[in-house]
Amino acid sequence: MPNYTLTVNGETHRLNLPADMPLLWVLRDKLGIKGPKYGCGIGVCHACTSHLDGKEIQPCQVPVADAADREVTTIEGLADGDTLHPVQEAWLEEDVAQCGYCQPGQIMAAVALLKRTSNPTDADIDKIENVCRCGSYFRIREAIKRAAAKM
Amino acid sequence: MEDLNAATPSTARDPGRRRFLTLLVAAPTLTLATRLIGSEPVAEAAMRAPALADVADLGDVLILAGKPTSHLLVLELREDGTVRFQLPRAEVGQGITTAIAMLVAEELDVPLGKVEVHLDDARSELMMNQLTGGSNTIRSMYEPVRATAAAARGRLLAAAAIALGLPVDRLSTRDGAVVAPDGRSATYASLARPAADRALRAATVAPKKESTHTLVGTPTSRVDARAMVTGTLKYTLDLEVPGAMPTVLRRPPTINGSVRSVDDSAARRMPGVLGIAVIPTGVAVVAETFGQALDARDALKVVWNDGTIDGLSDADIQKKLRAAALPFAVPPVLTQHVDAEFDFAFASHAPMETNSAVADVREDRAEIWAGLKSPVVAKQTIAGQLGLPESKVTVHVTQGGGSFGRRLFFDAALEAAQVSQKLGRPVKLMWTRVDDMRHGRARPATHHKLRATLGLGKVLTYEHRVAAVETDFRHGLGEILTAMGSQLPVGGNLSFAQTVFHTTVKVPYDFGVVTELLSEIPLQMHTGSWRSVYSANTRGAEEILVDEIAEKLGKDPVAFRRSLLSSARQRAVLDKVASAGRWGRAMPRGFAQGVGFHEEYKSCTACLVEIDARDPRSPRVVKAVIAADVGRPINPRGLESQLLGGLTDALSTTLRAGLHIRDGLPLEGSYSQFHYARQKDTPRDVEIFVMPANGEPGGAGELGVPAAVGAVANAYARATGIRPRSFPINFPVDFTPFPR
Repeated sequence: MPNYTLTVNGETHRLNLPADMPLLWVLRDKLGIKGPKYGCGIGVCHACTSHLDGKEIQPCQVPVADAADREVTTIEGLADGDTLHPVQEAWLEEDVAQCGYCQPGQIMAAVALLKRTSNPTDADIDKIENVCRCGSYFRIREAIKRAAAKM
Repeated sequence: MEDLNAATPSTARDPGRRRFLTLLVAAPTLTLATRLIGSEPVAEAAMRAPALADVADLGDVLILAGKPTSHLLVLELREDGTVRFQLPRAEVGQGITTAIAMLVAEELDVPLGKVEVHLDDARSELMMNQLTGGSNTIRSMYEPVRATAAAARGRLLAAAAIALGLPVDRLSTRDGAVVAPDGRSATYASLARPAADRALRAATVAPKKESTHTLVGTPTSRVDARAMVTGTLKYTLDLEVPGAMPTVLRRPPTINGSVRSVDDSAARRMPGVLGIAVIPTGVAVVAETFGQALDARDALKVVWNDGTIDGLSDADIQKKLRAAALPFAVPPVLTQHVDAEFDFAFASHAPMETNSAVADVREDRAEIWAGLKSPVVAKQTIAGQLGLPESKVTVHVTQGGGSFGRRLFFDAALEAAQVSQKLGRPVKLMWTRVDDMRHGRARPATHHKLRATLGLGKVLTYEHRVAAVETDFRHGLGEILTAMGSQLPVGGNLSFAQTVFHTTVKVPYDFGVVTELLSEIPLQMHTGSWRSVYSANTRGAEEILVDEIAEKLGKDPVAFRRSLLSSARQRAVLDKVASAGRWGRAMPRGFAQGVGFHEEYKSCTACLVEIDARDPRSPRVVKAVIAADVGRPINPRGLESQLLGGLTDALSTTLRAGLHIRDGLPLEGSYSQFHYARQKDTPRDVEIFVMPANGEPGGAGELGVPAAVGAVANAYARATGIRPRSFPINFPVDFTPFPR
């Protein structure tokens, strides 16, 4: 099995793994990073959404080989110590989460959207595909707008 | 009332050191306001004959069942001044830990941040008082939690009276301390030990008057939100139980199929594989990572025995349902009448966190972790299956990633226990999404026949015949209904299903002579209560018919409903959405408004939506206005969340989300196929109004669904001119199913 160097939330890990192992299981089962959640395993629910070199990915769809020597950021790496990211703050202010399971992915998708466009329209927000089975979509929308205003 | 609260030092888990360090208090004997017969809504509903659900709803039954053990709640005040309350319910997103923490904080006068609500392990002694369902947590816990916290306050006051040398009636509590008129104070932290002294005599303290509440009733954010947005909240599969390794199951090609033979030679040689075992529901693979477990699962060669509904498809089930629907009593002669028939497809619960559990089964004991809404029954069943005494099985309730009824069942916990026992190692079992949709639970398909006869501009008779695939209530509700059945004010001996139906479903309108009858067809498949149980479909169908009756009578849907509702509370929520939502405003072609009303568990709600159905095959609800009266909202902000979720559930299942059954198995296997709404399918404009407190807390978790089903379907009908009869309205097989 090949060796990979993976940087996750600023920490470097050396791992000996099959090249095709999905990043989601490397994060969760090998590195104990549990913020990215399993929801479908085929890239449709987006509960595991994280960032690779600052761009949105679904770790269940990224083989570990593709993440080697690159920067992975999960929900755990978003805040600066105890200081939350403005999107996380907006999430608290809008009291978005119900069961909370999809919210790490929702937040990472929102952060990626706000990187692409600082003032997203409703149509931009509509393009976020992350499933929230509790149906908190309206509060997610409001939180993204609130975060955009903050940033 | 005699004060029976013995201040029992917390010695159970940690004898010795902590003996007098904390105050542990159980509630005094309570005078619970449980009135199965003659509860007050009947008086208000005088316009129409009361239905069973007016007199005693399912929530009343659950409260009564829990009453004998309601004094066994445990509140602990620690020496650091923090309060821990053990809640014998499941948190799955409905926000009850926040609402309960608010009740404790209010009653004890401590900051909310000092209260920690912990989900109780399965406690066999609670018997029927540890079931989370029927929108019942706040209803059943409101008085016991307050009484328990009030008892703790009483002991703190008594201890402070000694410490400060003043009589109790000169003292008050504020911000985590007992304060004296002269400005001196004693913190709860300093009082935890003396208050726990068995010799201390404390008078009974009644819960505060609701008019003095300062926290309860105010919009409050979730106590667990920060953990959620930072990714640190631990769901079952996030727990680090030593040695518990990733486990998945290969499942049969049809529902309830079983393993005939398995060739695991290739799978065993795959990297990371730690063990393979056959259990009654499939073949389990344990591996170092879930990725490896899934790969090895795919390499298994399994020959399967038939399942229980092999060969059965939607058309067969629909035929059975139509045959099972009971005939109408009133013939359609001589009078004007409106008839309609409706069909609803199966619907997956599909919580984001798939069914999962951790199990560590040893020779002489077992420990289980899972999100469980009926943990006592889970514990009893698992102990029986493992051949262990119940006392040797510990079942921890973990916070769940959604439920919508799903976690009433404990199938993952049972499977995990079976695998752990068989392989002699701890395991963490995850259902894949495909497992969850195809072999998980679903809301049963239903068929509805409705007839209203009309005369002199009124509804004279109203009949509703519901035929449903049997809903599985074998998660402890059966025991409760059996135990409480004799106290229900109905003659005869209704089946569980009939009891649930008649204690939850009622027509809120003055429709003359009303008969609603349920008939079920027994199919051996995995069904279960789905948020609002029978009401989403039954009441949803009725709300559609109400619009059609109004049309026949030439009346406005809101005005017609208003004329048929009997209480001011009911009319107020309808009026609220009509005014706030500008009912009747002009809409462009292809757009329309729709309205729905629902009353359940002593609460009522109205929903007004606007739909864009310019393309009838791709409609979108673009605006929603909801008003709800739940008697006494504890956390209006949390209640709004529940109503928002109910709306999303309703628009999803009304317009697009359902399961197709084909040859004994659902075709849908993921969210790309089961079309639960995404952001692009939901309204950009939502307004929710929570009516002011006016009585006791009613149920709220399921309330939002049925009214919104009616509103969405009615808006669709008005926008398109198409009368919807089959749900979801747009339901093509627009995907290639996963292999079986």
